[in-house]
Amino acid sequence: MALLTCDNVSFAYEDQIVAKQLSFQINEGDYLCIVGENGTGKSTLIKGLLGLKKPYKGTITTADGLRATEIGYVPQQTAAQKDFPASVYEVVLSGCLNSRGLLPGYSKADREKAMKQMQLLGIEELKYKSYRDLSGGQQRRVLLARSLCATKKMLLLDEPMTGLDPVAVAEFYQLLWKLNKNHKITIVMVSHDIREAIEHADYMLHLSHEEYFFGKTEEYKTSNIGRKFWGGLDND
Amino acid sequence: MIDLMTEMVSYPFMVRALVAGILISLCASVLGVTLVLKRYSMIGDGLSHVGFGALAIAAALNMAPLAVAIPIVIAAAIILLRLTESSKIKGDAAIAVFSTGALAIGVTIVSLTTGMNADLYSYMFGSILAMSMSDVVLSVVLSILVLILYVFLYEKIFAVTFDETFARATGTKTGFYNMAIAVLTAVTVVLGMKMMGAMLISSLIIFPGLTAMRICKSFKSVIFCAVAVSVISFVIGITVSYVYATPAGASIVIVDIILFALFSIAGWIRSGFKR
Ligand SMILES: Nc1ncnc2c1ncn2[C@@H]1O[C@H](COP(=O)(O)OP(=O)(O)O)[C@@H](O)[C@H]1O
Ligand SMILES: [Mg+2]
Repeated sequence: MALLTCDNVSFAYEDQIVAKQLSFQINEGDYLCIVGENGTGKSTLIKGLLGLKKPYKGTITTADGLRATEIGYVPQQTAAQKDFPASVYEVVLSGCLNSRGLLPGYSKADREKAMKQMQLLGIEELKYKSYRDLSGGQQRRVLLARSLCATKKMLLLDEPMTGLDPVAVAEFYQLLWKLNKNHKITIVMVSHDIREAIEHADYMLHLSHEEYFFGKTEEYKTSNIGRKFWGGLDND
Repeated sequence: MIDLMTEMVSYPFMVRALVAGILISLCASVLGVTLVLKRYSMIGDGLSHVGFGALAIAAALNMAPLAVAIPIVIAAAIILLRLTESSKIKGDAAIAVFSTGALAIGVTIVSLTTGMNADLYSYMFGSILAMSMSDVVLSVVLSILVLILYVFLYEKIFAVTFDETFARATGTKTGFYNMAIAVLTAVTVVLGMKMMGAMLISSLIIFPGLTAMRICKSFKSVIFCAVAVSVISFVIGITVSYVYATPAGASIVIVDIILFALFSIAGWIRSGFKR
């Protein structure tokens, strides 16, 4: 069943169009990686899928039962956040907010959910640590745990690996793989590492300024655009 | 020390100043944590200048000062927030334009009409004598309202402060909560102006949170610590002001500076030991 369908979608900022006429579908349980050079509109597309930015043309339809309050999101980290005085637990718990409505506070179930996600990601001992004292990899896990509190269905991640060392990157991919295969969470991730993306994703969406590719990873490897970028990488 | 305290509270004007001041300090410090973390610190400063302009207009028209100032400052807060978000004009430039503009209008109106009367002077630099009984009642009612709203919206305010994009993406009405923060700040600024002075009220908002962040590790502890810092510096500051007849606002800010320095040293020693 299609969770998200993009039909001829283009985005625009005041003076320029980014990401022209994209059409693709994301089904339940898919693992999709979005790759492409800087400035080709990957972050913009993610914002569009999240409903934060309206498409300039075309339509994005979401399946029934996938409301904003059921999507998890791991944003590109902002500088302001890195030194934010909040405990890990406070940050993770804030992911539960979307199911609270106007009620103040968190329920016992929310607290248990937050603890469960922290255990799943191996950060439960960091519970009372300050977010700003963590390493980059630990901070990413905290943000991932928070987004898991917000969803059981779908995760959108925007370059979550930026600034991590290779070990942390490998661990992070491992986690995503586990979430996708064992917990049946649909994953849509922007990645700047084509090689890693190909290794893990079932589907690829490659954006460039002129054209785009969407399809199974196997097809991507043999496509023109895929050969140009991935094949090129493979030779050196 | 005890003698001094009993002497102070034997004057009704001091009791009024203490009651209203402590409540306003509470509001300012909890809101300030969010403003500092959202990089909105200058909004408090901008609003105080707008408040000064509004008071000048009220004095010229012979109207009740707070009744004029509160709606004008709330409107300014909403406009500033919109400008900061739309990013057409850079937020800090927009605030500078507002604050100097309002100050210029205020000063011009004053010089055209009454000349600098005592009321306006006290609005600029603050006075512990300035709080009338009706000011106190209004301050108490509004501060309690601000605090209740803050407690009620606490989790949402945290989420919007920590990561607005995430909050919005997952279905929180961030625009509304930003607006709530701006309106609550506007009310607090107007209430605090009479005691702290338009020139210094923003320090009541910014200092406690900044000081607490030197050592506190969680958001909740930052809030509680900021409240403590704010109330302590208010009480010490106003005592100093009473004893040495210095302006209340300035005395409070000086205590704030000292506490900030102490907390910075403590935070620095702590992180130094860890490494
Ligand atoms: N808020 C914005 N206002 C105007 N232009 C923007 C904005 N955000 C992004 N852009 C432009 O849109 C294009 C795509 O940006 P983005 O989606 O961030 O690309 P990517 O994530 O692939 O690097 C870039 O040319 C960028 O300059
Ligand atoms: Mg990007």
